[in-house]
Order: sequence, then C-alpha cells, then structure tokens
Amino acid sequence: MPGSAAVRAMSFWSITLATLAKDIRLEWRSKDAINSMLFFSLLVVVIFSFSFDPLAEESRHIAGGLIWVAFLFAAVVALNQTWARELRNQVLDAYRVSPAPANALFLAKAVGNFIFVSILEALMTPLFIIFYNLRAVGPAWQLIPIALLGTWALVVNGTFFAAMSLRTRSREVMLPLLLFPVSIPAVIGMVAGTTAILTGDDPAHFYIVLLLTYDVVFTTACLALFETVLQAE
Amino acid sequence: MKRAFPILAIITAALLAYALYQALVVAPADAQQGEVYRIIYYHVPSAWTAFLLFFINFVASVRYLADASPSIRQAAKWIAVAVGVVGAVAAYVIPLPAGIRPSAIATTALAIPAFYFFLGKYFPGENLDILAVTTAEVGVVFCTIVLITGPIWARPVWGIWWAPGDIRLTSTLVLWLIYVSYLILRRFSDSAQTQKLAAALAVFGALDVPLVYFSIWFFRTQHPQPVIGGGGSMDPKMLHVLMISWTAFLFFAFLVCWSRYRLETLRREVEQAHAMASLSAADASRGSR
Repeated sequence: MPGSAAVRAMSFWSITLATLAKDIRLEWRSKDAINSMLFFSLLVVVIFSFSFDPLAEESRHIAGGLIWVAFLFAAVVALNQTWARELRNQVLDAYRVSPAPANALFLAKAVGNFIFVSILEALMTPLFIIFYNLRAVGPAWQLIPIALLGTWALVVNGTFFAAMSLRTRSREVMLPLLLFPVSIPAVIGMVAGTTAILTGDDPAHFYIVLLLTYDVVFTTACLALFETVLQAE
Repeated sequence: MKRAFPILAIITAALLAYALYQALVVAPADAQQGEVYRIIYYHVPSAWTAFLLFFINFVASVRYLADASPSIRQAAKWIAVAVGVVGAVAAYVIPLPAGIRPSAIATTALAIPAFYFFLGKYFPGENLDILAVTTAEVGVVFCTIVLITGPIWARPVWGIWWAPGDIRLTSTLVLWLIYVSYLILRRFSDSAQTQKLAAALAVFGALDVPLVYFSIWFFRTQHPQPVIGGGGSMDPKMLHVLMISWTAFLFFAFLVCWSRYRLETLRREVEQAHAMASLSAADASRGSR
C-alpha cells in the first residue's frame, strides 16, 4: 500500500494527541492530580521551613535538595493516578486490545504528566523563593533547562514504572520503590545543578549534559520496553 | 551431577580456608595501613563477585526479553555483537576519565555478546529467568558484604564511615538499591509475567550504572574529600593473595547459585504440578456433573 507508512505515522501522532487531550480535559475538570500535588508540596515547604533557619547563605546550600525532594514526592502523587485512572471500567484492557500503538499511549501519558508537574513547579517555585529568601548567585536562566530536563527525567521513568507497578500488590507504595533507585543520577543532576547555580560556586553545564544524556537514554529504553510492560498481565 | 555438589562444596570450603590463611598470615602487612588493610581480601572479591553476578543478571534479562518475541530475536543477536565490537573500539578511541582503564571497558563490552550467546545456548527459555533471579539474589548478598565491610575499612583508614563523594562505595550503594528494588518487584508482583517486568527493570538498572558512575565522578571533582588511594599499583604478593581469595569467592558464589537455581527450578515444577492437578480436578468435577 503506497503511503501506508505515512498514514501510520499520522495516526501515531493523532492517537497521542487524542489521548493527551483526553487526559488534560479530565484533569481540567477534576483537578485531582494538580490539587493533591500542590497541597502536598506546600506541606513539604511549610514543614521544612520549621526545621531550619532560612538565613540566605545557608538556605542556598540546602534549597536545591529541598525543592527537588518536594517535587519528586509530589510527582509520585500524580504518577500513581496516571494508570490507576484507566483501570476503572477496564479502559486499560480496551487499550491493550486496540490496534493503537502502545508507545502513542505512553508518550501521551508522559507528556501529560510532564505538563502537570511543570505547572506544579511553576506555581511552587515562587513560594520556595519567598519562604527561603532565595536569590541565585550564578546564571539563573540555567535553572530552566535543569527544571525541564529534570522534570522529563522523573516523568518519563515515572510513567513507565507506574505502568509496571499496576501489576503489583500495594502499587501505590511500589512506584517510589522502583522509581527512586533508577532516578538517582537524575536527582544528583537536578539537586547538584540547582545548588551550583544558587550558590554560584561551580558551573552547572555538566549537570545539564548529564540530565540530557539521562533523558535520551531512558526515553529510548521506555519506548523500547513499554509494549512489553503494557501487555504483561 | 548429584555427586558433584558435595565434592564442589568440599573444594570450596578448603579454598575459603586456604584464602583466609593466605589473607591473615601469608600476605604482608601494608606499609601505610598496617594490618587493617587485610579486609581487602574480603571486600574486593565480594565486590567483583557481586558485579559479575549482576552482569550475568543483566545479560540473562536482555536475552529473556529478546527471546520472548521472535521478531526481535534475530535483530538482538546482531545488536549484541555490535555492542561488543563498538564498545571495545570506543574504549580505546574515546578519552575516558582518569582511573578507568580502556581494557576494563573493552573486556566488559566484549563479554556482553559472549555471555549473550553462552547463556542463550545453555539456559533456554524460562531457565534464563531462573538464572536472573538466582544471580540477583546472590549478587545482593555479596553486594551487602561490600557495603558492610567498606565502612568498617573506611573508619580507621579515612577517619570517617562513609564518604558520599567516594565513587566506588556510592555507585555500589546505588547498584544495591536498584537490585533490592528488583527483588521487591519480583516479590510483590501479581502479574503472570513478572519475569518480563523484572527483566525490563534489570535493563533499566544496567543503563543506570554508567550514569551513576559519571554523576558521582563529577560530583567528586566538585567536593573535597579524603585522599583515597587509587591507581597505585599493588604489591605482587598482595595481588596474588587477592586472586586466591577471589577464586575462593567465585567457587562459593557458584555453589550458592547452583543450589538456589536448583531450588527455584523445583519450586516452579511444584507450582506447575499444583496448577495441573487443580485443572484436572476441575475437569473431573465438570465431567461428573
């Protein structure tokens, strides 16, 4: 069939977009993930603000770790809902038997989570700045690539492992247990990179390259293995 | 085969005893560290054994995933060969950070296709998965020994229990964490295809290792830390004892893996027999109705 590859390619992206639009619409109407993530990370900010005195100099050294720990745990809240939502009414089974490519579904879910977690970060970062009197000594614009690449690193593996933990007992507990060990290099990149920029002591270029490498490697791995995980019952 | 096991057990016990004697009596004391350093004869062989077992786990997992789908099976063979060749060449072409020998990278790269074909030939089908469970469990045990003996050694020598910037201890810790999560997944999984999920996780873990290594390597260059003897050459006599010790550890690991492998095979046979029995019971009850 001439042009069948083009048709297939088009349907891949249209399926991705359709699933993404559906997830965003669901989230827009219910606001389940965003609200729980926001409140959760707000709690983390408030609780940590009691545990140490946010003097400007000291807080610069700790804030990088703090921010990302808050986002990491908050992201798990959203990630746990990604697939659990599809279990109701056997939607996931319908996906499995449909001819839609598995990776289109995966990409849609990952991009959806990326958008949700990015919104969370955009809303929470000003709060962090206020609570901990932060001011970047290094080049602040570099925080943007670190945030984007770091968020994708969390979300792409998180979406994958959330699908994996669907098949386990006590799956809500399972996701962080699977996700955090594999995420350690990404977390090092995010935390150390953010700290390097906030304190202005070191250049952050290496961490950006590290996160980029991590993203490329694990996005490829997720796309290569997702079908196996989706089909495993 | 049944007789080979006790014979091997006796050889292993003798080897371990001989290695202990060599480590405590024959090996000379270290010029700087004195007697404390002798823990190296348990610490380093455990680490090497754990890494070898995790490596086998990784290759077995990849092979298991590849064999599961016939379309990938053919391509995977060539990919394995390509990874070996490209890795071996790249190790000498690409400049590596100080402290990593190109020959080590090249050997590891070439070992991937070698193990890929060896394991595929001698452990067909589900046996690959049994091998993966076995090596992961035994590997975690050896890795735990590394993580316990490391701080015990570090305390008198560096003055601290743990150096977050130490590349070897920290990457071993991350590796340990990954494989513990692997075992937890296997334990908690409700899926009938736990094997595939676990194999996928093993691949993720293996991809993570170089990234962990480089991230800590860079982290270290940014943070002051105790001077850790690396790159220095070892006294040939000490190296000799280290090799004896490692041989003993390899025998021991092989012995434990063997019995664990046998146990897992039997466990699955029993499970299958139970399943068949309940199936035929269901058939019989339907027939009588």
